[in-house]
Amino acid sequence: MTTVLEPPSPEALTTAPADDTGLMRRPTEPQGVWSWITTVDHKRIGILYGVTAFIFFLAGGIEALLLRLQLAKPNGTVLGAAAYNEVFTMHGTTMVFLVVMPLSAAFFNFMMPLQIGARDVAFPRLNAFSYWAFLFGGLFLYSSFLLGGAPDGGWFGYAPNTSIVFSPGHGIDFWVFGLQILGIASTVSAVNFIVTMLNMRAPGMTLMRMPIFSWMTLISSFLILFAMPVITVALFLLAFDRNFGANFFNPAAGGDPVLWQHLFWIFGHPEVYILILPAMGMVSEVLPVFSRKPLFGYPVMVFSGIAIGFMGWGVWVHHMFSVGLGPVAVSAFSLSTMFIAVPTGVKIFNWIATTWKGSLKLSTPMLFAMGFVAMFTIGGLSGVTHAVAPHDRQQTDTYYVVAHFHYVLFGGALFGIMAGIYYWWPKIFGTMLNERLGKLNFWTWFLGFNMAFGPMHILGLQGMPRRIYTYDDSLGLNVWNMVSTVGAFIIAFSVSVFMFNIWHSHKRNRVQAPGDPWDARTLEWSISSPPPHYNFAEIPTVHALDEFWHRKYTEDDDGRPVRVAGSPGSEGDDAAHDDHGDDDHGHGIHMPSPSYFPLVAAFGLPVMGYGMVYGRSSGQSYVVVVLGALILLGGLFAWAMEPSAEPEEEGQEVIEPATDDQPALVTAGGEEPAPAPAPEESGS
Amino acid sequence: MATKERSLAHEEPVTPAPEHHHATNTGLSNEKLAMWAFLGSECLLFGALISTYFLYRGRSLSGPTTDIYDIPYTSVSSFVLLMSSLTMVLALAAIQRGDYRRLRVWLLATALLGASFIAGQVYEFTSFIREGLTIKTNLFGSSFFVLTGFHGVHVTLGIVMLLSLWNLSLRGSLTQERSEVVEIAGLYWHFVDVVWIVIFTVVYLIPT
Amino acid sequence: MTRAGRLRTLSTTVAAALLLVSCGDQELPQNALDPQGPVAQKLANLINPVFAVAAVVFVLVQGLVLYSALRFRRRSDDEAPRQVHGNAKMELGWTIAPALILLVISVFTVGTIADINRKAEGADVVSVNVTGHQWWWEFEYPDRGVVTANELHIPTGREVALRLTSDDVIHSFWPPKLAGKLDVIPGRANFMTLEADEPGTYFGQCAEFCGLSHADMRLRVVAHTPEDFDEWVRTNAAPAERPTEGEAGEGAALFRQKGCASCHTVNGYSAGELGPDLTHLQQRKVFAGATFDLNEQNLRVWLRDPPGEKPGSLMPNLELSEDEITKLIAYLETLK
Repeated sequence: MTTVLEPPSPEALTTAPADDTGLMRRPTEPQGVWSWITTVDHKRIGILYGVTAFIFFLAGGIEALLLRLQLAKPNGTVLGAAAYNEVFTMHGTTMVFLVVMPLSAAFFNFMMPLQIGARDVAFPRLNAFSYWAFLFGGLFLYSSFLLGGAPDGGWFGYAPNTSIVFSPGHGIDFWVFGLQILGIASTVSAVNFIVTMLNMRAPGMTLMRMPIFSWMTLISSFLILFAMPVITVALFLLAFDRNFGANFFNPAAGGDPVLWQHLFWIFGHPEVYILILPAMGMVSEVLPVFSRKPLFGYPVMVFSGIAIGFMGWGVWVHHMFSVGLGPVAVSAFSLSTMFIAVPTGVKIFNWIATTWKGSLKLSTPMLFAMGFVAMFTIGGLSGVTHAVAPHDRQQTDTYYVVAHFHYVLFGGALFGIMAGIYYWWPKIFGTMLNERLGKLNFWTWFLGFNMAFGPMHILGLQGMPRRIYTYDDSLGLNVWNMVSTVGAFIIAFSVSVFMFNIWHSHKRNRVQAPGDPWDARTLEWSISSPPPHYNFAEIPTVHALDEFWHRKYTEDDDGRPVRVAGSPGSEGDDAAHDDHGDDDHGHGIHMPSPSYFPLVAAFGLPVMGYGMVYGRSSGQSYVVVVLGALILLGGLFAWAMEPSAEPEEEGQEVIEPATDDQPALVTAGGEEPAPAPAPEESGS
Repeated sequence: MATKERSLAHEEPVTPAPEHHHATNTGLSNEKLAMWAFLGSECLLFGALISTYFLYRGRSLSGPTTDIYDIPYTSVSSFVLLMSSLTMVLALAAIQRGDYRRLRVWLLATALLGASFIAGQVYEFTSFIREGLTIKTNLFGSSFFVLTGFHGVHVTLGIVMLLSLWNLSLRGSLTQERSEVVEIAGLYWHFVDVVWIVIFTVVYLIPT
Repeated sequence: MTRAGRLRTLSTTVAAALLLVSCGDQELPQNALDPQGPVAQKLANLINPVFAVAAVVFVLVQGLVLYSALRFRRRSDDEAPRQVHGNAKMELGWTIAPALILLVISVFTVGTIADINRKAEGADVVSVNVTGHQWWWEFEYPDRGVVTANELHIPTGREVALRLTSDDVIHSFWPPKLAGKLDVIPGRANFMTLEADEPGTYFGQCAEFCGLSHADMRLRVVAHTPEDFDEWVRTNAAPAERPTEGEAGEGAALFRQKGCASCHTVNGYSAGELGPDLTHLQQRKVFAGATFDLNEQNLRVWLRDPPGEKPGSLMPNLELSEDEITKLIAYLETLK
């Protein structure tokens, strides 16, 4: 048998099963809407997460603008109290669960397997299921606007305000079951990513050679894995109170509303680290590349991330300093909250040290990354003031807190994510975003953000509580509220610039991106932009942290980088590296087939959700829950039973990879395959 | 790839292409590691439910509380569940030595023992309801039924898994090479059993 | 003027304007940065040095970020900076230094926590039971036989011991110039101490989201000299007289007929408990959760449609005629 060097055709990569049962036939289209619906490719799933999350970001942003319009003046009339309460609840719920988490997930999905030298995640269909569950959960939550009103109990849903007595409508039910669906999506994702990172790293990539973004992905995934069940329980307890008359938060029966707070915040505090660690990982990738220096203190950055992950479980009561829990509890948590500032501060100093004496290129990703460092510091400092529990009795539940968390979540997480978007855009889409528009985006974002949220520190300390639909003229809060509103609209303008940049860079002035436009350090830049379907023609062997950089550069006696002759992108480099997937050097690579069933199974979830929501008011609707459960279980069964991606159809070529002992084998489909070494496959 | 025609007597079914278990960095297969991770998450789930139960111990304002227990009865059904872990181990041992018939016997036994446990719980719940304890009655009723109910749902899903494996084995698809599937199902089953041991001790045995 | 010069002038003007606006003569009745009692003062004394330290850290970090952005900017494409991977000493330094600063802060913090949690004791202490309702505050002076709403009257220079709870959902009692907030929780009693240095009115608000009219659940703490406070107590402890003649008399009758009495207590002849005690309504300057100034005009608007003025209000719209409203207001004006 001669060695075949022909690239696998797209059809060979997405194969049809020999089993002819129509329903169980794996889908085969490589292009078109259907291929996106049945995709199990982590890169496509990443894009789906990103696009969906961005749309929810626009929704959450519009909600924010409505809130700011209402608060621009005292006794505003833009939104009445009921509408205001729905809008601020949905704004918070959207931004936390439907924007920041899935935007991070988008990058976990697309980049992490590339960074660790894998072909996909451990469970590609489970990955698709997570995405569909997220989409359906978000749509389910938003459908409440059209079905009697959105939830209006705040993103934190304190009991007993969310009980049947005080919230008789269906809004809270949508919130409860929507979050449960989203929780399933996140937890399942976390399992997938943990297994991927622990099990599927390229040969030679020890954990301490794993890129820092992947590390933050790993830590966040563990936090998700352990935090989600706690809010799951809290939501179930609330659901049982509402749907079945249980007494968990019923003071009349001796129930304790503070139990809700404990359960919510035991979830809620690790949740905020889930929100920030990925962005910190992105910043830790961008700063070194645009400083031409390695990340300062990589092991410390890893361990401080782990420390934050651990310590984050021991601070939740700082959200409850005014509940009246007593001096011992308050003191203990005041201290633990102060000390979590230590590993956080360490990161700030390491980032600054990374840029110190570097060669800084202030491109858009770098601007956002440095902006992160500056803005997150402010949020961190106001956080330390919160840790001073006695004074937190002034700060909590005011606009000072709103300022704090927007500085860490917007100034932190969103700035970091924007850095990631601009940095990785060429890798994901194969084009360069326009740099001038990017800078305009950054500066208007920076200005608008500080104008919108800076004054909130003052407003809070001057006595403006949060979650209020209006305020009185006599309180002296008018000017800063107006400034804040103007800032919010500047942010909106900045977002439009961003969207325009995307359009411009694709429709008007498309610039093809090379594999390594930034002269970067990690493995994802060693392949084409966008990457081929199978990621790596050959799984790389890793010898060091920043493996890709070390292939390009050695260090001279002074510790300065010197280009390796013939390395990728250097002058002596002849090989075509912009490999768009046509030439895989003779390796046949079996990628997992697309599948319908993750979507089918995920669809069962919102059906169950609607059944629970309406079951409360009409017992018959619980039948719908059973129906949804059957869809879910049926989908899962079919998924477990469907054939895996073995190409055996007549006429299909099967390309077995070359090994040391034998050249690549080709057999025509339908024949008994010759005994071959295990092909590069990535699980079920 | 399912080939359907199978007779129970046929001990060497035609197998599809063997499961490719590639080298993993940890040495554990992806599936097994995934189950461990998932069980870690479940620890937090049951931990939160048990904590809630603990918080509300002795705080019911009215209605029956722990005096409603029938400890001897529940001990028997706990024993039944414990035995099911034994049969699960036997099922795994069977498939690991290629004894598919015994695999099916022990899988079915595990499922049946689990189902007996559930039946016992159903009986226990209905008798409590008859005696005036429902989820609405008081804090005890709410926390007891929710905690044990969640556990029961987990057992039930486990039974569904076991019966699926039994069925797969009947069709010839569950071979010695794939014994890890049974091991992973066993991990889940044993976990659910351990949770019951904790619940039984903490909820039933430790007096208020 | 040069471009740089214009920029400088602009930024100075902006900075000055901002400063004026934030600290200027504008009235800031709920300003937590302006403590008017010893409890609030303790909190301020604790946080002010922390703010100062934070400001220093802010300047340091932002300075370093700005400095590196400017100083290390790439000037030519073949720059090859030294590939520094880390420095153990620096790591130790910037771990230990912040930890030490935080240690110092935490010592003072724990001290203050203990201090403000101390229960007020002594014969001089004024006890008040605070109950949060959707969406108004009830204040009961158990030793003095006074029940009122939305205005907490206290004597200056004496500790006031509050026992706080809620009748429905969680609210939070917050008079910023006098103290930090404390939640009121159904089924639970919380305790805090309050004290005002000088006579005056101190504004506050509910600070825990509690439903539709959370924004309209406000409060006033009115501090009197001890003599004036005793006088206030005397007036408010007395039962009300029930008018029988004229418009006020007709209003009193309407008060019963229309069902007001089933919710509102008027000491002496009406025992409703769902709404604020109105016995000495005219002793207050505000009503409806301290949202409106108490005057005829506002009362009229309110009585026309309470839920319209305060979303979700449990006081229904009784479809009163203008004439009925006039009579009721005449009656209410007798509740001095």
